[in-house]
Order: sequence, then C-alpha cells, then structure tokens
Amino acid sequence: MSYVAHDESAFAPPAEVEEVELYHPKTWVGKYVWSQDAKVIAVQYAATAIGIGLVALVLSWVMRLQLAFPNSFSFIDPSNYLQFVTMHGMIMVIYLLTALFLGGFGNYLIPLMVGARDMVFPYVNMVSYWVYLFAVLLLTASFFVPGGPTGSGWTLYPPQAILAGTPGATWGIILMLVSLAFFIIGFTMGGLNYVVTVLQARTRGMTMMRMPLTVWGIFMATILALLAFPALFVSAIMMTLDATLGTSFFLPALVSRGQQLAHAGGSPVLFQHLFWFFGHPEVYIVALPAFGIVSDLISVHARKNIFGYRMMVWAILAIGGLSFIVWAHHMYVSGMNPYFGFFFATTTLIIAVPTAIKVYNWVLTLWRGNIHLTVPMLFAIGFIFTFINGGLTGLFLGNVTVDVPLSDTMFVVAHFHMVMAIAPVLVVFGAIYHWYPKITGRMLNDTLGKFHFWVTFVGSYAIYYPMHYLGFAGVPRRYYAIGGTDFIPQSAHSLNVAITIAALVVGVVQVVFLYNLIWSYFKGRASGGNPWNATTLEWQTPDTPPKHGNFGATLPVVYRWAYDYSVPGAVDDFIPQNVPPREVAGRNSSKT
Amino acid sequence: MSIFHQLTAKPWLTAKDTVETLHDRGTARKLALRVFLAVVTVLFMLLVVAYGRRMAYEDWRPSPQLGLLWANTFALVLSSVALQWAQFSVRRGTMDGMRVALLAGGAFTVVFLIGQILAWRQLGAMVYFDVANPAIAFFYLITGLHGLHLLGGLVAWGRTFAKVWGNFDVVRIRHSVELCTLYWHFLLGVWLVLFGLLFSGNNLDILLKLCGIR
Repeated sequence: MSYVAHDESAFAPPAEVEEVELYHPKTWVGKYVWSQDAKVIAVQYAATAIGIGLVALVLSWVMRLQLAFPNSFSFIDPSNYLQFVTMHGMIMVIYLLTALFLGGFGNYLIPLMVGARDMVFPYVNMVSYWVYLFAVLLLTASFFVPGGPTGSGWTLYPPQAILAGTPGATWGIILMLVSLAFFIIGFTMGGLNYVVTVLQARTRGMTMMRMPLTVWGIFMATILALLAFPALFVSAIMMTLDATLGTSFFLPALVSRGQQLAHAGGSPVLFQHLFWFFGHPEVYIVALPAFGIVSDLISVHARKNIFGYRMMVWAILAIGGLSFIVWAHHMYVSGMNPYFGFFFATTTLIIAVPTAIKVYNWVLTLWRGNIHLTVPMLFAIGFIFTFINGGLTGLFLGNVTVDVPLSDTMFVVAHFHMVMAIAPVLVVFGAIYHWYPKITGRMLNDTLGKFHFWVTFVGSYAIYYPMHYLGFAGVPRRYYAIGGTDFIPQSAHSLNVAITIAALVVGVVQVVFLYNLIWSYFKGRASGGNPWNATTLEWQTPDTPPKHGNFGATLPVVYRWAYDYSVPGAVDDFIPQNVPPREVAGRNSSKT
Repeated sequence: MSIFHQLTAKPWLTAKDTVETLHDRGTARKLALRVFLAVVTVLFMLLVVAYGRRMAYEDWRPSPQLGLLWANTFALVLSSVALQWAQFSVRRGTMDGMRVALLAGGAFTVVFLIGQILAWRQLGAMVYFDVANPAIAFFYLITGLHGLHLLGGLVAWGRTFAKVWGNFDVVRIRHSVELCTLYWHFLLGVWLVLFGLLFSGNNLDILLKLCGIR
C-alpha cells in the first residue's frame, strides 16, 4: 500500500508565523555563555539543575546515614538533620526536577520538535536562565550564612519556619524565600516563551494534534506552572514580610520560648492552602513532561504508534485541569472542615482516571510491539512499573481515613518518592540516553547504560519498598532519631540499615552515569542524525548536533503525525513527519 | 479552527487531515502579554481570596479608609483613557496626537504612583497603624504589588515613548502602543477590584457569605 497525494499542500497547513530573525553572536562567550540559542540554554539549565541535584543527593546520604546509624556521626545533629531534609526536598522538587524538565528538556525539545528556529523571545529566554542560576546561588548561599539553611521542612510551614528554635529561622528561611521568588520570576520568563513558541512558532503543517506528546506534556506543565507558581510567590513574599517587618499574615498571637510575640491575627492554615495550591500542581508540573517523554520513548523503541494519541492529549489536559482542585488532600491533618476532606478525596480519586488511561495506553503501545530493549526503553518500562506502584499507594493516601494514621509516617515518604522522585528521574535518564546522540552527535555507552539502569532501578526498589512497611509499622518521618520507641520493632532498625546501604549504592552508581556522559562525549560511537530511526523533527535536522537555527536554509514541512511506525506498505518501519506522501512508497532510510 | 475541532482531529489519518486555517493570529508579543496577564490575574486573585478569608475572622479590624485613594483612582483612570487615545491616534495615523496621549498616559501613571506612596505615608502616620494588623499589612502588600506591576509597565512605556521621535516603524510602534494600552486597562481593572476590596471596610458580609467564606 502506498500513499499518493495529488496536492501535497493539502497535507500541510500554512505556517503560523513568518520566520524569525535570529541573533547570531560572533564570540565564544556570546555563543556559549550569554547564549540566546535555546539548545545552549537547555544545556546550561540541565547542567545547573544536575549540579545542584547532586548536592541534594549527598544530603540524602547524610540523612540515611543518621537513620541507619544514629549517633555515630558527629557532623549530624538534630538541627542540621532537619536542614538537610528541607534542602534535599526543595532542591529536588523545584531546582532539579522542575528546572530540568521545563528549562532543560523544554528548551531543547520544543523548538526542534515543533519545527521552529528558536524560542520566540530568545533574549528573554537567556535572562530566564541567568535568573534561575541566581536563585540557585542564593539557595546555596544559605549553607554558609549564620544559622545555616532553613530546617523547617520543604513545605516551610509557618509559624515554626520563622520562629526562633527552628534551624535557619533568621537568614536561612529568608534566603530560601527570596530564592524561590527569583526562581519563579525566572521561570515565568521561560514559561511565556514555551507557551508562545508552541502556539505561535510551529512550522507549516504542524497542527496541534500532530505535535509529539513530549511537547504536549511540557506545554501543559508550563501552563500549570505559570498558574500555580503565583501562589508560592505570594506566600513567599508574605512570609518574608512576616519574618522581617513583623506583619502577621501567617502568624497568630503566640507565645514562643516563654515570651508573647507581637504577632497577632495571622492564619497558618492560609499558608498551607496557598502552598498546596501551588504544591499539588507541582506534582504534575514534574509528571506531565515525564508522561509526554515516556510516551515518545515507548513509541520509538517499540516501533509502534502510541496507542490512543487523542486520548493521551485529552488525559494531559484533564490532569492539568483537575490538578488545581485536589490540593487540600495534602492537608487532611490540618484540622480543616471534614466536608472539604470529602470533596478533595473525591477529586483525588477522579484524577486517577485520566492517569490510569495513560498507563493503559503505554502498556497497550507495548502490546505486540517490536520492543527494542535499548537503554531508553529500559528506563521507560522502569518508569511504568514505578509510576504504577507510586500511584497505587496514592490511592491509599487520597482517602482521609487511611491518610490520617499514615500521614506522618515513612509510608508517605515511600509513596511520593516512588511517584514523584524515582518515576520522573527514570524518565530523565531515559530521555538523556535517548537525546544525547542529538545533543552531542555521539552515542552513550550501552553497557555502562544498562549497568546504570539495573542498579538504579533495583536499588530504588530496595530503598522504597521496605519504607512502606516501616510506615505501616508506625515509623515516623522527619525524625532525627526514633530511639527505643516500644512499638517500633528491632527489625525496623535493621531495615533502616539495609535501606541506607541501598541508597548509598544507588547514589554511587550515578557516578557511572556522569562518567558515561563525559567519556562518550569524547570517545562515544558517532551517532549519525537519526540513530533510533525516529519520526519527529529533531531527528531530521541537516546537522547533528543541530546548528543555531536548527533546520538549515528552509524549515521542514510537516505532513503527518509523529507516530508513523511500522506503517503497512512502507519500506521502512518509520516515516518521518516531514516526508511527503508521494515519497512514502519508495523511500528508504537514506532519505532522512 | 476552534480548539474543540483541533482536539478532535484524527492526526493518524494523513489523507483526511487536510488544509486547516489555523486560529486567528495575533502577534507573538500580544499572545505573550495575554499569557502574562493570566499569570498576574492568578496572583491578584489569590491575594483577594486570602484577604477575603482573613476578613471572615471575628477579630478582623479593617484598615481606615483613605480619601486620597479616590484621587489616585481617578489618575489611573485618566492614564488608561490617555493610552486608549494614543491607540486610537496611532491607528488613525495622527502621530502628534499619539505622542501627546502617550506622554499624558505616563504622566498620570506617575501621579498615581506618587499618590499611592502618599497614601502609604498617610496610613503610616495614623494612630490605627499597626503592622501586626493583617488588614494594614494586606493594604501595603496589595498596593505595593500593584504599583510594582505599573512600574514594570512604565519601563515598557518608556521604551515605546523613546522610539516615537524622528523616523520610526509605525507598525511596530502601533503594536507597542496597543500592548501598553491593554496592560494599562488590565491593571486599571485589577485596581478597581482591589480598591473596592480595600475600601470595603467590613461591608462585604453578603459577598463573603455567597462565597461560603463567612
């Protein structure tokens, strides 16, 4: 069977905007430091995010060492344990995952995948990165100020976050709040770019429904972030004023250390509402790009079109909408009205429906696919397992009556690390293995990659599976030491030791990954332009790595969706998006 | 093509996915501004909700009503009207009118901002002033954030105003003036809501009950 079109323009709607004029720097500094090229900015974002993420990884080691071997390390005391917990959480969620998915993958993939030469506002895009870097430096500075970083927990709940007695209640919390405000300002600049580029700069023929799901995921996550971050911004400003000028937005009349404070009339629960109005969409700000990327990885490496593309898009939209009306399921133990709990439990269960649709569609895409167990595919499959596990425990915690006894236990730590830490990080790794050849022109080492995958995957389960049992046993979270509490059996302590060993191993194996990144950059096998035989536009660039402007003299014209794999009658098992119908019957790989 | 039609397209049917006239195109800058306005709307909406929630508490002590805010509001209305006039002029090609109106728009905005600072000082000098009173703190926070947004607008206004002398690209200036006008109208709308809220004292009982807050 072949496709023949009488008028090819019929397959390619007109381009949305005229070509943009790009700024072409002449100096090395202009190209790679003050760069306005989205691809360079993407690498800058990714390198910064991974760098600060490694700091957070080391912090988690220190926490685990304390939990496994209490009172054995002189450099860990109750105060800095709480500081490490706080910084680990905030760095991982905001400064690593959000920045990496949106600033890193968003910048690299959106223009290439929609067939644009760059982001619509390259200068603003550049400023976005530098503001982000400034936010990271501010946060890092809090390690070196008097009192150290804040130890109030990553949720920064007042009043304790800014009261004497909490670690970092003077300098640390202020730096954290100001850093968050700058992060949000920087992100807003980037986010406007991502949204406008998707809506305005798509190439000819690239209708919204021909966009790869990666772009859909990042696009929707950006919209969520743009609408959710203002809540964090407002609360950060209000708490900064409470801490510095003595206002009482969040601080009620209270006695601290035997002294009546001047604050009066503030509402701590108001902060919780604001924080989680941001905090829950934040889960999907991280998850939606992961959903999109994993859809594309599975489709490419199973040589099969994604099952239920439209349903996948609708699910992304539905999840995005619903994510704004589930926030208070994080607040079941805050003393709010029980009817609210009922409402939010219901919406939480409803959001499981579109999420489950996505999971089914991934599995159905794999079903009878020509599965290539490449490293990206291994990570993608690892993600599906992990996301299902984390999602199922989410159903537990979404119900008020189950959540209340489990809320302050290790069960919650296990749940959200499975669903929001390990699952997206597996996608991050899969995506890096998948797109590294396009970014550098070289393949990552396969053997090292598989070693990295298996140790990370199995090791993560060795960490978090037992943690569920610790939670059921009543082991509390956030505690520096549980000591000789009667209801906690000795076996829980043994499990803690085993978890810590697994965490150390998983952490160390990331060095193999970093080594692979560096080694392959110089010595890796040359990848060619399209090593995975993929259909999307980033693999069809004339140069690899793509030059500034991405597509050479003329922009590609798109004739089809992103998932034409194993099309009956076609010579190859993939048809790139920019191949016109008349070329399909007789084309072979050399034409890509 | 409507968003609904786009989302129900069947992209896997190559032959049937024929020419589509994609939705109406504004410029990228206008779209970016609209997205930004959505972000700012959420920001102020959250502040309004937070204010409303706090009003519902029994110990709510509203901030005193400042007559100066009426004058400030009038100045902001005039700045918005002036910018509308500038937009009207640039579309009709009367550049002198556009320049005068643009200048007037900026000047009235500066008057508004100075007025807001005076209002801050008035409130600070009153016996009611108590930084621990959430109503007072909200007053400064809300007016401050609104003022900062206007200051940001003045930067864009200044860049536009600097370009309207000598030879200039009329289409580009028209776009810039339109963007400024949209932004000013938006911030006027936001201010009217905030003004109503801050000036309401304790008189929003019915509204709070309707919202289920009280």
